[in-house]
Amino acid sequence: MAFLHGITLLLLFQLIGELLVHLGQLPLPGPVAGMALLFITLILRRGLPESLSGAATSLLGHLSLLFVPAGVGVMLHFDKLAGDWLAIAAALLLGTLITLALTALLMQLLLRWQR
Amino acid sequence: MEQIWVYLAASPLFGLTATLVAYSLGHWLYVRCGSTPLLHPVLTAVSVLILLLWLGDISYASYFDGAQFVHFLLGPATVALAVPLYLQLERLRKLWLPILISLIFGVLLGALSALGIARWLGAGLETQLSLAPKSVTTPVAMGIAETIGGLPSLTAVLVVTTGIIGAVLGNGLFRLLRIKDDSVKGIAMGVAAHGIGTARAFQLSQQMGAFSGLAMALSALASALILPSLIGWLF
Repeated sequence: MAFLHGITLLLLFQLIGELLVHLGQLPLPGPVAGMALLFITLILRRGLPESLSGAATSLLGHLSLLFVPAGVGVMLHFDKLAGDWLAIAAALLLGTLITLALTALLMQLLLRWQR
Repeated sequence: MEQIWVYLAASPLFGLTATLVAYSLGHWLYVRCGSTPLLHPVLTAVSVLILLLWLGDISYASYFDGAQFVHFLLGPATVALAVPLYLQLERLRKLWLPILISLIFGVLLGALSALGIARWLGAGLETQLSLAPKSVTTPVAMGIAETIGGLPSLTAVLVVTTGIIGAVLGNGLFRLLRIKDDSVKGIAMGVAAHGIGTARAFQLSQQMGAFSGLAMALSALASALILPSLIGWLF
Protein backbone atom coordinates (compact mmCIF):
# COMPACT_ATOMS: atom_id res chain seq x y z
CA MET A 1 0.00 0.00 0.00
CA ALA A 2 2.86 2.38 0.81
CA PHE A 3 4.26 2.10 -2.73
CA LEU A 4 0.84 2.81 -4.22
CA HIS A 5 0.50 5.88 -2.01
CA GLY A 6 3.96 7.11 -3.04
CA ILE A 7 3.45 6.65 -6.77
CA THR A 8 0.03 8.33 -6.54
CA LEU A 9 1.66 11.37 -4.95
CA LEU A 10 4.29 11.50 -7.72
CA LEU A 11 1.63 11.27 -10.44
CA LEU A 12 -0.48 13.92 -8.71
CA PHE A 13 2.44 16.35 -8.61
CA GLN A 14 3.20 15.61 -12.26
CA LEU A 15 -0.43 16.27 -13.15
CA ILE A 16 -0.44 19.58 -11.23
CA GLY A 17 2.87 20.46 -12.92
CA GLU A 18 1.48 19.72 -16.39
CA LEU A 19 -1.64 21.78 -15.65
CA LEU A 20 0.39 24.75 -14.38
CA VAL A 21 2.68 24.67 -17.42
CA HIS A 22 -0.26 24.42 -19.78
CA LEU A 23 -2.37 27.11 -18.13
CA GLY A 24 0.54 29.48 -17.42
CA GLN A 25 2.26 28.92 -20.82
CA LEU A 26 5.51 28.25 -18.93
CA PRO A 27 8.63 27.29 -20.93
CA LEU A 28 9.11 24.14 -18.78
CA PRO A 29 8.36 20.45 -19.24
CA GLY A 30 5.42 19.56 -16.93
CA PRO A 31 7.35 16.97 -14.86
CA VAL A 32 10.05 19.58 -14.08
CA ALA A 33 7.38 21.94 -12.75
CA GLY A 34 6.03 18.96 -10.74
CA MET A 35 9.51 18.32 -9.32
CA ALA A 36 9.89 21.97 -8.28
CA LEU A 37 6.44 21.92 -6.64
CA LEU A 38 7.17 18.71 -4.76
CA PHE A 39 10.53 20.10 -3.60
CA ILE A 40 8.86 23.27 -2.26
CA THR A 41 6.12 21.19 -0.61
CA LEU A 42 8.70 19.00 1.15
CA ILE A 43 10.54 22.09 2.45
CA LEU A 44 7.31 23.64 3.76
CA ARG A 45 6.19 20.34 5.26
CA ARG A 46 9.62 19.78 6.87
CA GLY A 47 9.65 16.05 6.33
CA LEU A 48 9.60 13.24 3.83
CA PRO A 49 6.74 10.71 4.04
CA GLU A 50 8.09 7.15 3.99
CA SER A 51 5.77 6.09 1.16
CA LEU A 52 7.14 8.86 -1.08
CA SER A 53 10.76 8.08 -0.29
CA GLY A 54 10.10 4.38 -1.06
CA ALA A 55 8.45 5.06 -4.42
CA ALA A 56 11.12 7.59 -5.40
CA THR A 57 13.94 5.22 -4.49
CA SER A 58 12.50 2.36 -6.56
CA LEU A 59 11.84 4.58 -9.58
CA LEU A 60 15.24 6.30 -9.47
CA GLY A 61 17.01 3.01 -8.77
CA HIS A 62 16.00 1.82 -12.24
CA LEU A 63 16.22 5.21 -13.93
CA SER A 64 18.38 3.95 -16.78
CA LEU A 65 15.78 1.31 -17.78
CA LEU A 66 13.38 4.16 -18.48
CA PHE A 67 15.69 5.61 -21.19
CA VAL A 68 15.65 2.42 -23.26
CA PRO A 69 12.44 2.89 -25.33
CA ALA A 70 13.51 6.40 -26.35
CA GLY A 71 17.03 5.18 -27.02
CA VAL A 72 15.80 2.54 -29.46
CA GLY A 73 14.30 5.48 -31.40
CA VAL A 74 17.78 6.19 -32.74
CA MET A 75 17.00 3.58 -35.41
CA LEU A 76 14.77 6.19 -37.03
CA HIS A 77 17.70 8.58 -37.40
CA PHE A 78 20.49 6.38 -38.71
CA ASP A 79 20.69 8.45 -41.92
CA LYS A 80 21.09 11.67 -39.95
CA LEU A 81 23.71 10.04 -37.73
CA ALA A 82 25.58 8.71 -40.77
CA GLY A 83 25.69 12.18 -42.36
CA ASP A 84 26.76 14.08 -39.25
CA TRP A 85 28.60 11.37 -37.32
CA LEU A 86 31.93 13.19 -37.00
CA ALA A 87 30.32 16.42 -35.80
CA ILE A 88 28.11 14.49 -33.36
CA ALA A 89 30.98 12.38 -31.98
CA ALA A 90 33.22 15.43 -31.53
CA ALA A 91 30.44 17.50 -29.96
CA LEU A 92 29.59 14.71 -27.50
CA LEU A 93 33.16 13.80 -26.55
CA LEU A 94 34.84 17.21 -26.48
CA GLY A 95 31.74 19.06 -25.27
CA THR A 96 31.29 16.69 -22.33
CA LEU A 97 34.98 16.74 -21.35
CA ILE A 98 35.15 20.56 -21.55
CA THR A 99 31.97 20.89 -19.48
CA LEU A 100 33.19 18.41 -16.84
CA ALA A 101 36.62 20.02 -16.53
CA LEU A 102 35.67 23.70 -16.51
CA THR A 103 32.61 23.24 -14.24
CA ALA A 104 34.75 21.32 -11.73
CA LEU A 105 37.54 23.93 -11.85
CA LEU A 106 35.07 26.79 -11.37
CA MET A 107 33.34 25.02 -8.45
CA GLN A 108 36.72 24.33 -6.83
CA LEU A 109 37.71 28.00 -7.17
CA LEU A 110 34.38 29.19 -5.71
CA LEU A 111 34.64 26.80 -2.74
CA ARG A 112 38.16 28.08 -1.98
CA TRP A 113 36.88 31.66 -2.00
CA GLN A 114 34.06 30.81 0.34
CA ARG A 115 36.31 29.07 2.89
CA MET B 1 4.62 -20.20 -36.42
CA GLU B 2 4.81 -17.19 -38.70
CA GLN B 3 1.27 -16.18 -37.72
CA ILE B 4 1.99 -16.40 -34.01
CA TRP B 5 5.09 -14.22 -34.52
CA VAL B 6 3.14 -11.61 -36.47
CA TYR B 7 0.46 -11.56 -33.77
CA LEU B 8 2.93 -11.28 -30.89
CA ALA B 9 5.09 -8.67 -32.58
CA ALA B 10 2.06 -6.44 -33.01
CA SER B 11 0.80 -6.72 -29.42
CA PRO B 12 1.99 -4.26 -26.75
CA LEU B 13 3.13 -7.21 -24.66
CA PHE B 14 6.05 -7.77 -27.05
CA GLY B 15 7.58 -4.29 -26.81
CA LEU B 16 7.19 -4.17 -23.04
CA THR B 17 8.59 -7.64 -22.37
CA ALA B 18 11.42 -7.25 -24.89
CA THR B 19 12.46 -3.97 -23.22
CA LEU B 20 12.59 -5.56 -19.76
CA VAL B 21 14.38 -8.71 -20.97
CA ALA B 22 16.93 -6.72 -23.00
CA TYR B 23 17.60 -4.44 -20.02
CA SER B 24 17.97 -7.39 -17.62
CA LEU B 25 20.42 -8.97 -20.05
CA GLY B 26 22.35 -5.70 -20.26
CA HIS B 27 22.35 -5.38 -16.48
CA TRP B 28 23.55 -8.97 -16.02
CA LEU B 29 26.40 -8.39 -18.47
CA TYR B 30 27.28 -5.09 -16.78
CA VAL B 31 27.49 -6.60 -13.28
CA ARG B 32 29.28 -9.67 -14.64
CA CYS B 33 32.02 -7.49 -16.13
CA GLY B 34 32.71 -5.54 -12.94
CA SER B 35 30.24 -2.66 -13.55
CA THR B 36 32.37 -0.89 -16.14
CA PRO B 37 30.43 2.11 -17.51
CA LEU B 38 31.53 1.10 -21.03
CA LEU B 39 29.02 -1.76 -20.82
CA HIS B 40 26.25 0.48 -19.58
CA PRO B 41 23.00 -1.56 -19.61
CA VAL B 42 21.23 1.10 -21.70
CA LEU B 43 23.77 0.66 -24.48
CA THR B 44 23.44 -3.15 -24.50
CA ALA B 45 19.65 -3.03 -24.25
CA VAL B 46 19.31 -0.50 -27.09
CA SER B 47 21.67 -2.47 -29.37
CA VAL B 48 19.94 -5.81 -28.65
CA LEU B 49 16.49 -4.29 -29.26
CA ILE B 50 17.46 -2.56 -32.52
CA LEU B 51 18.97 -5.82 -33.76
CA LEU B 52 15.83 -7.72 -32.71
CA LEU B 53 13.49 -5.24 -34.43
CA TRP B 54 15.64 -5.29 -37.54
CA LEU B 55 15.77 -9.11 -37.66
CA GLY B 56 12.04 -9.45 -36.99
CA ASP B 57 11.14 -6.62 -39.40
CA ILE B 58 9.16 -4.81 -36.65
CA SER B 59 8.61 -1.06 -36.90
CA TYR B 60 9.66 1.29 -34.11
CA ALA B 61 6.04 2.44 -33.81
CA SER B 62 4.72 -1.06 -33.07
CA TYR B 63 7.60 -1.69 -30.62
CA PHE B 64 6.80 1.60 -28.89
CA ASP B 65 3.17 0.52 -28.45
CA GLY B 66 4.43 -1.72 -25.66
CA ALA B 67 7.56 0.15 -24.61
CA GLN B 68 5.56 3.32 -23.92
CA PHE B 69 4.57 1.92 -20.53
CA VAL B 70 8.21 2.03 -19.48
CA HIS B 71 8.74 5.37 -21.24
CA PHE B 72 5.77 6.86 -19.40
CA LEU B 73 7.49 6.36 -16.03
CA LEU B 74 10.08 9.02 -17.00
CA GLY B 75 7.49 11.63 -15.94
CA PRO B 76 6.99 10.46 -12.34
CA ALA B 77 10.74 9.66 -12.15
CA THR B 78 11.50 13.30 -12.96
CA VAL B 79 9.11 14.42 -10.23
CA ALA B 80 10.82 11.93 -7.88
CA LEU B 81 14.12 13.82 -8.31
CA ALA B 82 12.67 16.24 -5.73
CA VAL B 83 13.30 13.56 -3.07
CA PRO B 84 17.13 13.29 -3.35
CA LEU B 85 17.18 17.06 -3.82
CA TYR B 86 15.30 17.50 -0.54
CA LEU B 87 17.64 15.06 1.22
CA GLN B 88 20.54 17.36 0.19
CA LEU B 89 18.85 20.47 1.57
CA GLU B 90 21.44 21.05 4.32
CA ARG B 91 24.35 20.94 1.83
CA LEU B 92 22.40 23.11 -0.57
CA ARG B 93 21.84 25.74 2.15
CA LYS B 94 25.50 25.91 3.04
CA LEU B 95 26.87 25.99 -0.50
CA TRP B 96 24.04 27.55 -2.50
CA LEU B 97 26.03 30.37 -4.08
CA PRO B 98 28.99 28.34 -5.45
CA ILE B 99 26.56 25.63 -6.58
CA LEU B 100 24.26 28.10 -8.31
CA ILE B 101 27.12 29.85 -10.16
CA SER B 102 28.81 26.58 -11.24
CA LEU B 103 25.45 25.19 -12.30
CA ILE B 104 24.46 28.07 -14.57
CA PHE B 105 27.98 28.14 -16.00
CA GLY B 106 27.89 24.37 -16.60
CA VAL B 107 24.45 24.44 -18.22
CA LEU B 108 25.48 27.21 -20.63
CA LEU B 109 28.84 25.61 -21.37
CA GLY B 110 27.30 22.15 -21.94
CA ALA B 111 24.87 23.49 -24.54
CA LEU B 112 27.17 26.03 -26.19
CA SER B 113 30.18 23.70 -26.48
CA ALA B 114 28.06 21.02 -28.18
CA LEU B 115 26.38 23.56 -30.48
CA GLY B 116 29.67 25.28 -31.31
CA ILE B 117 31.59 22.09 -32.11
CA ALA B 118 28.73 20.59 -34.16
CA ARG B 119 28.26 23.81 -36.11
CA TRP B 120 32.00 24.18 -36.71
CA LEU B 121 32.13 20.63 -38.14
CA GLY B 122 29.15 21.36 -40.39
CA ALA B 123 26.30 19.43 -38.74
CA GLY B 124 22.76 20.20 -39.97
CA LEU B 125 20.55 22.57 -37.98
CA GLU B 126 18.28 19.79 -36.68
CA THR B 127 21.30 17.83 -35.44
CA GLN B 128 22.69 20.94 -33.72
CA LEU B 129 19.38 21.61 -31.97
CA SER B 130 19.09 17.96 -30.92
CA LEU B 131 22.60 18.19 -29.42
CA ALA B 132 21.99 21.35 -27.37
CA PRO B 133 20.29 19.67 -24.37
CA LYS B 134 22.66 16.64 -24.36
CA SER B 135 23.80 17.11 -20.76
CA VAL B 136 20.28 17.31 -19.31
CA THR B 137 18.49 14.26 -17.89
CA THR B 138 16.57 12.46 -20.69
CA PRO B 139 12.90 13.33 -19.99
CA VAL B 140 13.71 17.02 -19.63
CA ALA B 141 16.17 16.99 -22.55
CA MET B 142 13.50 15.50 -24.81
CA GLY B 143 11.04 18.17 -23.74
CA ILE B 144 13.60 20.90 -24.45
CA ALA B 145 14.49 19.36 -27.85
CA GLU B 146 10.84 19.44 -28.80
CA THR B 147 10.46 23.08 -27.72
CA ILE B 148 13.52 24.30 -29.65
CA GLY B 149 12.91 22.29 -32.84
CA GLY B 150 15.28 19.32 -32.42
CA LEU B 151 14.38 15.64 -32.71
CA PRO B 152 13.43 14.24 -29.25
CA SER B 153 14.36 10.62 -30.04
CA LEU B 154 17.78 11.64 -31.44
CA THR B 155 18.28 13.76 -28.32
CA ALA B 156 17.47 10.74 -26.13
CA VAL B 157 20.32 8.74 -27.64
CA LEU B 158 22.73 11.69 -27.55
CA VAL B 159 21.88 12.21 -23.87
CA VAL B 160 22.55 8.58 -23.01
CA THR B 161 25.86 8.64 -24.94
CA THR B 162 26.87 11.85 -23.16
CA GLY B 163 26.13 10.21 -19.81
CA ILE B 164 28.26 7.21 -20.71
CA ILE B 165 31.16 9.44 -21.84
CA GLY B 166 31.00 11.32 -18.53
CA ALA B 167 30.72 8.12 -16.51
CA VAL B 168 33.64 6.43 -18.31
CA LEU B 169 36.05 9.38 -18.54
CA GLY B 170 34.97 11.66 -15.68
CA ASN B 171 36.99 10.20 -12.85
CA GLY B 172 40.18 9.96 -14.92
CA LEU B 173 39.75 13.58 -15.97
CA PHE B 174 39.34 14.69 -12.35
CA ARG B 175 42.50 12.79 -11.39
CA LEU B 176 44.36 14.47 -14.26
CA LEU B 177 43.20 17.89 -13.02
CA ARG B 178 44.04 16.91 -9.40
CA ILE B 179 40.50 17.55 -8.23
CA LYS B 180 39.91 15.61 -5.02
CA ASP B 181 36.89 17.21 -3.35
CA ASP B 182 33.87 14.90 -3.75
CA SER B 183 31.41 17.79 -3.74
CA VAL B 184 33.27 19.45 -6.67
CA LYS B 185 33.45 16.20 -8.66
CA GLY B 186 29.78 15.47 -7.96
CA ILE B 187 28.55 18.89 -9.13
CA ALA B 188 30.54 18.67 -12.38
CA MET B 189 29.36 15.11 -13.01
CA GLY B 190 25.68 15.91 -12.42
CA VAL B 191 25.79 19.01 -14.63
CA ALA B 192 27.68 17.36 -17.50
CA ALA B 193 26.51 13.73 -17.37
CA HIS B 194 23.08 13.70 -15.57
CA GLY B 195 21.70 10.38 -14.27
CA ILE B 196 24.26 8.02 -15.80
CA GLY B 197 27.08 10.15 -14.38
CA THR B 198 25.23 10.23 -11.05
CA ALA B 199 24.95 6.43 -10.97
CA ARG B 200 28.72 6.27 -11.57
CA ALA B 201 29.33 8.91 -8.88
CA PHE B 202 27.43 6.80 -6.32
CA GLN B 203 29.82 3.91 -7.10
CA LEU B 204 32.77 6.16 -6.24
CA SER B 205 31.38 7.71 -3.04
CA GLN B 206 28.09 8.53 -1.33
CA GLN B 207 28.98 12.21 -1.11
CA MET B 208 29.92 12.48 -4.77
CA GLY B 209 26.68 10.72 -5.70
CA ALA B 210 24.59 13.00 -3.52
CA PHE B 211 26.11 16.15 -5.03
CA SER B 212 25.80 14.72 -8.53
CA GLY B 213 22.10 13.98 -7.99
CA LEU B 214 21.61 17.48 -6.63
CA ALA B 215 23.36 19.01 -9.66
CA MET B 216 21.40 16.83 -12.08
CA ALA B 217 18.03 17.86 -10.64
CA LEU B 218 18.92 21.55 -10.40
CA SER B 219 20.47 21.69 -13.87
CA ALA B 220 17.36 20.05 -15.33
CA LEU B 221 15.37 22.92 -13.85
CA ALA B 222 17.92 25.56 -14.95
CA SER B 223 18.20 24.11 -18.48
CA ALA B 224 14.44 24.04 -18.97
CA LEU B 225 14.35 27.71 -17.97
CA ILE B 226 17.47 28.93 -19.82
CA LEU B 227 18.00 26.86 -22.98
CA PRO B 228 14.84 27.68 -24.96
CA SER B 229 15.50 31.44 -24.69
CA LEU B 230 19.24 30.98 -25.34
CA ILE B 231 18.49 29.04 -28.54
CA GLY B 232 15.82 31.53 -29.56
CA TRP B 233 18.37 34.31 -29.17
CA LEU B 234 21.12 32.44 -31.05
CA PHE B 235 19.14 31.21 -34.06
